Amino acid sequence: MSSHAVVVGGNRTPFTKIGGRFSQASSHDLLTAAIDGLAARYGLSGHTIGEVAAGAVLKHPRDFNLTREAVLSSALAPHTPACDLQQACATSLETTMYLANKIALGQLECGIAGGVDSASDAPISVSEPLRRALIAANSARSTPARLKALAKIRPSHLKPLTPGVNEPRTGLSMGQHQALTTKRWDISREAQDELAAASHHHLAAAWEDGFFDDLVTPYLGVARDGVLRPDTTVQKLGSLKPAFGGPQGTMTAGNSTALSDGAATVLLASEDYATARHLPMLARVIDAEVAAVDHPGGADLLLAPVSAAGRLLARNHLTVDDIDLFEIHEAFASTVLATLAAWESEEYCTSIGLAGALGSIDRSTLNVHGSSLATGHPFAATGARLVASLAKMVHQRGPGTRGLISVCAAGGQGVVVILEAV
Amino acid sequence: MSAMEKFFYSPVGHAVATRAGLADPPVLRRGRVWPTGAIVATSLGTSTLVADTLTLLGREMSAPVVDAPSKTPPGYGSRIGALVIDATEVSQVTDLEALRAVARPAIRALGGSGRIVIVAREAAGSWESQAVTRALDGINRTIGKELRRGATANLIYVGPSTAATDLVSTLGFLLQGRSAFVDGQTWHVCSSDGGVTDLQEQPLLGKVVVVTGAARGIGAAIARTLARDGARIVAVDIPAAGELLAAVANEVGGAAIQLDITAADAGATIAAHVAGRGQQTYGVVHCAGITRDKMLVNTDADRWASVLDVNLAAQIRMNGVLLDPDVPGSVVAGGRIVGIASTSGLAGNKGQANYAASKAGVAGLVEAMAPSLAARAITANAVAPGFIETDMTARIPFVQREIFRRSNSLSQGGQPEDVAEAIGYLLDPASGGVNGQVIRVCGQNLVGA
Repeated sequence: MSSHAVVVGGNRTPFTKIGGRFSQASSHDLLTAAIDGLAARYGLSGHTIGEVAAGAVLKHPRDFNLTREAVLSSALAPHTPACDLQQACATSLETTMYLANKIALGQLECGIAGGVDSASDAPISVSEPLRRALIAANSARSTPARLKALAKIRPSHLKPLTPGVNEPRTGLSMGQHQALTTKRWDISREAQDELAAASHHHLAAAWEDGFFDDLVTPYLGVARDGVLRPDTTVQKLGSLKPAFGGPQGTMTAGNSTALSDGAATVLLASEDYATARHLPMLARVIDAEVAAVDHPGGADLLLAPVSAAGRLLARNHLTVDDIDLFEIHEAFASTVLATLAAWESEEYCTSIGLAGALGSIDRSTLNVHGSSLATGHPFAATGARLVASLAKMVHQRGPGTRGLISVCAAGGQGVVVILEAV
Repeated sequence: MSAMEKFFYSPVGHAVATRAGLADPPVLRRGRVWPTGAIVATSLGTSTLVADTLTLLGREMSAPVVDAPSKTPPGYGSRIGALVIDATEVSQVTDLEALRAVARPAIRALGGSGRIVIVAREAAGSWESQAVTRALDGINRTIGKELRRGATANLIYVGPSTAATDLVSTLGFLLQGRSAFVDGQTWHVCSSDGGVTDLQEQPLLGKVVVVTGAARGIGAAIARTLARDGARIVAVDIPAAGELLAAVANEVGGAAIQLDITAADAGATIAAHVAGRGQQTYGVVHCAGITRDKMLVNTDADRWASVLDVNLAAQIRMNGVLLDPDVPGSVVAGGRIVGIASTSGLAGNKGQANYAASKAGVAGLVEAMAPSLAARAITANAVAPGFIETDMTARIPFVQREIFRRSNSLSQGGQPEDVAEAIGYLLDPASGGVNGQVIRVCGQNLVGA
């Protein structure tokens, strides 16, 4: 018997656009809802789970113990320990691997991996001079000293700061970075809009087929993903103005992911635990690899998963031809297209230390039920969404079916995971 | 809440309403709670069926006070909790006098939420004997209407071989608060060899019960009540109701399945879930239901079909799968099927031809299924709720709602848990002798009998 952790199943909230129906829900609320839906699906109410690991990218200071607090608000037994982890958009792929590895090592029998983000619940911070003045006033020992500290505050200091979306090393936003990649890899506007339209159409079809009936639990009266536009077309997407890359840019709001709110979870277990408790076993978590690029040195910010995928496949003696289903996170349509181009490029792959090109794939095996462009992308929730959906997809195709998840993340990082159907 | 409703519940409005005869209805005894006063038992003959049943229930019995001619009626001295009459040997019109003679003093002394229970033989024998059997029904319905302070009257017909062990769950249910909103009703208890002979606090312990429509209202109350009785709940509702469904499943420590029961594979999905968890289904409660009310002259094919499909056809399809012994996870021998009919179906209701069709259909369905399932000791029964206080009935305009509420012998709407308790009684392993019955939970509503 293998010691791989198995994916029992998953649950997520629908994902909604920033400022939508979840705008009053906190990250804590969303994560709790996702855990509660999972508990209901697998009869875990009142049960102690080995460990819950989740995280958020946009995080309030009050949420320093976000996951543990969500567990305490949930139907799980209060004896369930939890920890917070964070790796930007790959957060819940990392929480999945953190728990899968513990299970494989025998340190845990079961765990819940998850992630949550609410662009609507983003923390707002104060300017650095104001923060320093307030801290000085707080530690002042007398009223005159306190007043003296507060007197340093200027009106300009009162402007609140929203969380930075720019890469600290380059000062460029993620979209601006991707615009450079798009140009470098010569990704056309048409190809991007076709991929975006396909994402919406595939996701809409999956909803109609009931694919998400055992993957999503409605929240706050929202039953389906709010970003989804089932009736969008390449023509409609083609009419949008460029958002990144200047007037001649090809990246629009339609072929870039929307800021969104939502939470996702995955139930992981050892095969022994799942067998003893008669829990479903959808897929084994085979292996994972993380990689980073030198984007301050000019590398493509969001192509780090290429070297991760190459190394991961090689280590497992696999090629892309051995993978039946691919999930490449649609940060931008052009990210997916550049990734596929990079996989096919002997020159690029050898330049990053791989033995050769990964090769080309059958596009009908890619993001078959839609991905982040249509679903939305609450940063830390996307990994768990992908693991649960792909585990169900490979399971439906039968034992041995392999799936690969590739997620790019801020800071020029990437995580790739291989699942295999039980 | 409308302005009129606000006024009705204000101190001034309340005083006016009370003067006008709309006094506060009695608060009913509910749950697994016995009557506080004495349980008076009497046999109108030599039968010991009722006495034996009360002994199995561990209840002390008091002797009846019998009305005597040409005197003021004798009294009990204090409030009694119940009068249980063994009328199984009543066969002549003149025998009914003995019933009157025990009922008269007892009704005068009956306390709040008291109980009158008559146990009689199913119609058989001479013309007179069969007429007398029916006469008891008229007496029961009338007593139900005359009783005050939330007391109820019910009549149970037993077969020639019905034993005290068969009657335990029924008499326990009727005497306890669980039957709070069951009034003026009549049903049959026959013999069975279920093997369970006593009343248990948690009769459903460890048994898997599937409840459809469990996200809200009566379905959620069923899940809670059956979980209290020990059942492992598999809570089913449409995906769009998943948030409430998850909350109910987590509250009762059960599992949730987001599923449209009109899907062709709905039964198979449920069975596969149960089998996948290494279990078998003990009971199925078909509670999912919808209304699409319109006068028949305004009812199009869609309104017609959707109600009939959800409320009746889906149930028939699911039963086909869940009662197939070859399907893993299907209902075990000795299992239970319960449908939800409605007084609207039994009596008809203006603007609800589609709904009435589906709900009367449910009553017909369980009556039809019962004989075929008896060989596997599976029972199929239905409950028919009257006016129950739910989110759905809260949307009825206030005056109309208040009229519905008060048009029954208990002068109030029932609670979702009242329906759930009746279902719990039917699911009880000790209720094997109750099969093919439709029990109204309506407080003896004026419509639907």
